[in-house]
Amino acid sequence: MRLAIIGFGAVGQGLARALVETGFVITAVADSRSAAINPDGLDIPEVLARKEKTGLCGDTGVGSADILSSGAFDILVEVSPTNADTGEPALSTIRSALAMGKHVVTSNKGPIACAYHELKALADQKGVMIGYEATVAGAVPIVSGLRQGLAGNTVQSLHGILNGTCNYILTRMRDEGLTYPQALQEARDLGYAEADPTSDVKGIDAAIKLVILANTVLGMDVTLNDVAITGIDSITLEALSLAEAEGATIRLIGEILPGKNQVRVSPRVISLDHPLVVDGTLNAISVCCDLAGQVTFIGKGAGPYPTASAILADLNFIRDAYDRGA
Amino acid sequence: MKLELKDTPGQLLGALKPISDIGGNIITIIHQRDQTTSENTLKVDVVLELAEQKLDALIEALRERGCGVVRIGKQRLLQKQSLIMIGHLMHTDLTDTVDRIDQTGFAEVSELHMVMPAIDEPSTAKITLRAVSPEEMLHAVRILREVAEQKDILILEPIGGME
Ligand SMILES: NC(=O)c1ccc[n+]([C@@H]2O[C@H](COP(=O)([O-])OP(=O)(O)OC[C@H]3O[C@@H](n4cnc5c(N)ncnc54)[C@H](OP(=O)(O)O)[C@@H]3O)[C@@H](O)[C@H]2O)c1
Repeated sequence: MRLAIIGFGAVGQGLARALVETGFVITAVADSRSAAINPDGLDIPEVLARKEKTGLCGDTGVGSADILSSGAFDILVEVSPTNADTGEPALSTIRSALAMGKHVVTSNKGPIACAYHELKALADQKGVMIGYEATVAGAVPIVSGLRQGLAGNTVQSLHGILNGTCNYILTRMRDEGLTYPQALQEARDLGYAEADPTSDVKGIDAAIKLVILANTVLGMDVTLNDVAITGIDSITLEALSLAEAEGATIRLIGEILPGKNQVRVSPRVISLDHPLVVDGTLNAISVCCDLAGQVTFIGKGAGPYPTASAILADLNFIRDAYDRGA
Repeated sequence: MKLELKDTPGQLLGALKPISDIGGNIITIIHQRDQTTSENTLKVDVVLELAEQKLDALIEALRERGCGVVRIGKQRLLQKQSLIMIGHLMHTDLTDTVDRIDQTGFAEVSELHMVMPAIDEPSTAKITLRAVSPEEMLHAVRILREVAEQKDILILEPIGGME
């Protein structure tokens, strides 16, 4: 099947590399200032080299609108930056692709958190799929795990470590006695935290992921405004010591209680032997189900290849379901 | 609770085992020889901590071991939960914070462990609440959360284990 990739940064390039020899053909790519289109398939090593050398993946003056109007793809892969407020411009791009009867796979949290129900209805109407496994917890197959793996269960509660940056900072504070500012600086130096870490440390990124899970697999209808959010930026070392004395520690936990329609993100005191206590940038999600009991998923929540893994899983799912010619 | 045991060696240990098996926490045991009655039985007072919903299972387990439960005392403040507070705890009237829980009648602050690193820096405390039932514990935590919000104090709640 033919893919158009919108966004050619860490994830887009990681995906392009991971797609070699998978049978998927990349016919278009776009970054913020340029695009390249070839209905017969682009020369990906050449596009990657050009991006590295010039900062452009294709020609200026060409953009995602041209990719859409070319129609030369079966699946649109949207991996441009997340806009949590409106989901734009990715939301419009995704809407257009679905309206054209194209499948969509994305790692971009904005459009899914802002407009999942609308996009899903449009996809259903057009008989196409929208895959968004990569939007929550990177490589961890939480969407398909809940939707297929635990189908038939009622999820009573979901708790998760959904932000690798916060988990890294709290792990370092506990293990090394670093203060919050010291641990944040270290996370920045290592590239785990962005230049502006607000969305991570204030718990907003984790909250967006909860909104996605609540709306897409837990049958809820919530927005970011419905989430009670507390970040980790005022956690003290004394708090970690007091927790430690009880055999516990502090982690930023996202919580969904579907029965109470309650969604919140907050630092919590958690026993050290709890399965959610994972170290470093790992993500973990634990669900409590009526039939299965407790099930915990752990894995890499970010990085080009872990994210590409989740995108590839969605792509393969679509190919298995729709590509009868293959 | 007051237990009635046969006055034979090993009986007391046998009676205590189901308590720990079921997750109870024995606080004191009062075991008085002179309370031995004519039927060669022994009366023992046991004070323990146990979730209310497990009480019936415990009585059943004790009966199976031939150990009668004579009397069950008042069950109070069986629930216990520790939380961490971060903020200007003293400047925001700590006494009042504690009072707001104690005034409820169904919950109280049983322990407070505070660390104050430097003047003007936020302090951190571990606060332990006791309450009559799980529902009232939830209620007490909600009150504490409201007070904390008014006083700009950060509350770190525990997350339950493998429920
Ligand atoms: N990184 C991860 O581990 C990870 C994990 C899960 C989900 N995600 C999500 O995946 C998406 C991509 O992440 P990333 O780490 O790859 O970001 P990134 O490295 O910042 O790359 C973003 C790419 O999108 C391009 N872009 C920006 N605006 C665009 C527009 N209007 N039209 C087309 N392309 C545009 C950028 O162009 P230029 O190259 O010209 O700047 C860049 O190539 C984000 O939504 C992110 O939240 C990332």
